Amino acid sequence: MNKLLEIEHISVAYGNNSVVRDVSFSLNEGDIGCLLGPSGCGKTTLLRTIAGFETPTAGFISINGMQFSSAGHVLAPEKRRIGMVFQDFALFPHLSVFDNVAFGLHKSMGRVAIAQRTNELLQLISLPDCEGKYPHQLSGGQQQRVALARALAPKPDLLLMDEPFSSLDVELRQQLSREVRRILKQEGITAMLVTHDQQEAFAIADYVGLILNGELAQWDNGYNLYHRPANRDVADFIGDGVLIPGEVMCDYSIETELGLIHGKVPQGCREGCFVDVLIRPDDLIHTDSSPIALEVTEKFFRGSDFIYTLKLPSSQEVLCIAPSHHNHALGEPLGITLDVDHLVVFKREAGTMT
Amino acid sequence: MLDGVNVAYYGAMSIARLTLIRRWCNPFSRQWPLWDPWRLGVMLVALVFAVPVLTVFSFIFHGDTEVMSHLADTVLLNYVSNTLWLVLGVSYGTLSIGIVCAWLVSVCEFPGRRWFQWMLLLPMAMPAYIIAYTYTGMLDFAGPLQTGLREWFGWGYDDYWFPEIRSLWGAMVMLSLVLYPYVYLLARAAFMQQSGAALEASRVLGAGPWRSFFKVALPMARPAIIAGLTLALMETLADFGTVQYFGVDTFTTGIFRTWYGLGDSVAAAQLSAMLLVMVFALVVVERYSRRRVRYHHSLQRVRQPRYPLKHRQAKLAVVACLLPLLFGFLVPFVQLLSWALETAVEMLDAAYLQLVFNSLLLASMAALLALFLALFMAYGQRLRPVLAVQLAVRVSSMGYAIPGTVIAVGVMIPLALLDQTLDSWLRANWGISSGLLFSGTLVALMFAYVVRFLAVSIGTVEAALTTIRPSMDETARSLGCSPWQVLRNVHIPIMRVPLLTAVLMVFVDVLKELPATLILRPFDFNTLAVRTYELASDERLADASTAAVAIVLVGIVPVLLLSHSISRSGKTDE
Repeated sequence: MNKLLEIEHISVAYGNNSVVRDVSFSLNEGDIGCLLGPSGCGKTTLLRTIAGFETPTAGFISINGMQFSSAGHVLAPEKRRIGMVFQDFALFPHLSVFDNVAFGLHKSMGRVAIAQRTNELLQLISLPDCEGKYPHQLSGGQQQRVALARALAPKPDLLLMDEPFSSLDVELRQQLSREVRRILKQEGITAMLVTHDQQEAFAIADYVGLILNGELAQWDNGYNLYHRPANRDVADFIGDGVLIPGEVMCDYSIETELGLIHGKVPQGCREGCFVDVLIRPDDLIHTDSSPIALEVTEKFFRGSDFIYTLKLPSSQEVLCIAPSHHNHALGEPLGITLDVDHLVVFKREAGTMT
Repeated sequence: MLDGVNVAYYGAMSIARLTLIRRWCNPFSRQWPLWDPWRLGVMLVALVFAVPVLTVFSFIFHGDTEVMSHLADTVLLNYVSNTLWLVLGVSYGTLSIGIVCAWLVSVCEFPGRRWFQWMLLLPMAMPAYIIAYTYTGMLDFAGPLQTGLREWFGWGYDDYWFPEIRSLWGAMVMLSLVLYPYVYLLARAAFMQQSGAALEASRVLGAGPWRSFFKVALPMARPAIIAGLTLALMETLADFGTVQYFGVDTFTTGIFRTWYGLGDSVAAAQLSAMLLVMVFALVVVERYSRRRVRYHHSLQRVRQPRYPLKHRQAKLAVVACLLPLLFGFLVPFVQLLSWALETAVEMLDAAYLQLVFNSLLLASMAALLALFLALFMAYGQRLRPVLAVQLAVRVSSMGYAIPGTVIAVGVMIPLALLDQTLDSWLRANWGISSGLLFSGTLVALMFAYVVRFLAVSIGTVEAALTTIRPSMDETARSLGCSPWQVLRNVHIPIMRVPLLTAVLMVFVDVLKELPATLILRPFDFNTLAVRTYELASDERLADASTAAVAIVLVGIVPVLLLSHSISRSGKTDE
């Protein structure tokens, strides 16, 4: 596959305040990438640098093999053939839906071609009857789709989306992210979005880059981010989970408070080596008959299931998901069995505490 | 005077300023080269606009002329004391009328409240010098009131005492009557914004309604009230027509007399500098009073129901709101209209049409020029949010604090110098004379107007631009627009209404401007304002009314616009 977007050792700083540090990754044509991270981690700055609104202090950005940004040099955003969808959608309030979508289409195309392309997009976003309406007459979800259509109209090489769903309510968010993915895949569009919501990132993107403190912690697909986190910080940010201490017994088993866990031990860990094992809520299965029972200290009802917080003898706490008819009171013991499919183990460095 | 409308945007502007300040803390500036046309352009405009003020201040170090020492020995103390008394009197007048009306209209419910809410702004349309002539005509010996009293009581010429309106206290009353809307407007906005919860908390804690007003509501509204008072006092310091006509010697009349009567530009500039120091002192006090303004904002606003007034209370409220409206607008306006009807036949001639044409020409040219410059400055500031550009925009907007008389002096001196230099150079090298190319033509007048009123357009454009989110610009850029195309295709269409407002407000301000026009107009060039002044000075008050009515009528338009937005906001609050 052809590499469409290449980011090489990009750093961005405002004065002495370094926001993005030495980030590199690439995105293939037709793939959807996502920058994920907590607020203030630099993901939006990185996206804006790709768009050409910010100037990198080091590194290169190439789109389709052409270098668009380098330290101190930026090709103006209007010359990059990129589309962008903003958090607030930024629809032009003085233009109708039709005119908004047609805004980026060049007059030299001719009126017929412009109208044709615009209608095509309105079909694509399933809003064919809204062309005469004005942005304030649309619902949030409709505005979002119009913003998408407007960005797609000039057939950009790359589509950028900055927290595209965050101003919508939760249900609409999930529905729209599925729909946006469908549209992007259908049109074969290469896209890069920014979000702080992991569910959204996993739902829409082929590749997710986790940005922590301005650095790219891991660039991988969602499954690997969850099940094979590259380091403690990734494991900490993605999903729920707790690191519990353990001791390596042999190459394939680790002794923990929850019993013996089997799986591949990281390199450089021999027998007797101290490690931390990542326990996700789905690694603990609730079984009433299990010999291991832990005290429930907190419970959180979510409708289809409960999330129980359980106390280990060392008074460290782990999480466990149980079906919703297994209703146990606080303080009661809850029987569990361990089912760790993907063993995630980090070697404990001297002085590192869990 | 209607830059008060501008004040409605105060909040938006200070927010804009805050975000900009946040941005220039990042030394973004190196992103643009030193010769960047936006930055250079904005700074150049600011430099040109700072010339009048710099000129005036440069004369502080000039040393006293003979005239100045003479003035210092004789009338200067009088100028200072009259000006200070005027400031004191107008403060008292505008505060008491403005606060009482604002409180009644925003917190209480009584018959006619909705009408009073916007009609209380009408005196803004009445320039102080016009209301002064009108009251003089009504109250002097031959006027309807005294004649009526004499007939009624059968008094003779010397049988009774009647207050002399053409005096210091008369000027205080006149100015208070037309300037209180500034305080009213801002106080009302502040009272409306206050969370009802604060007042309710105060009541629950045992404070009665009066105590709650003085201990809670008033202190919370204080920054807004002081901002309104500052605007009113700026107008007071700038006033020329009223004090001149009433024979009260203040700095503005002193400057005018020194310039024209004594022909001493240095002494005039020095007096101007003193007046400017007073204005800046006012601005400093206002800034100081607002230093903690952010603590006064409550994020959540719980609207409390208005307090219904009954019987006697309601009647009192109606009277309290009716009085300023009656004496600040209705009575003088009706008087002007009746005079105008009397004299229309002889006054509405070709010369009058010429006056109207001249005024409209000047006002529209200045308004368009100001709009163009304001767009350039405000947009430059949006594209280049760096300290230098920030300061340049602030410098260009300081003119609205500077009295027209001072600006006239500050414009005339450098332009005359420029003319002299150009003329002698042309004579020496080409043997031709350019004459008074700048100082004796409309160029000087236009320059002065734009210096004085640019702040009005900049404020409006700036406020309108801040409501357009940066993501709009970025979307348009990503869809292939250059910065100029963004301005043309996105910003200007979105800002159509505020841009029109900016043009309208400068238009009306220029139309009413008296002292700068009087000093800078080309020989034999008259406008409505100048003609009103001339006729009134000749004691032809009735004849002055045709021109005056035209000014007041045009002045009503922006007041109506403002009141429209007020009554709309009033509705959504209910």
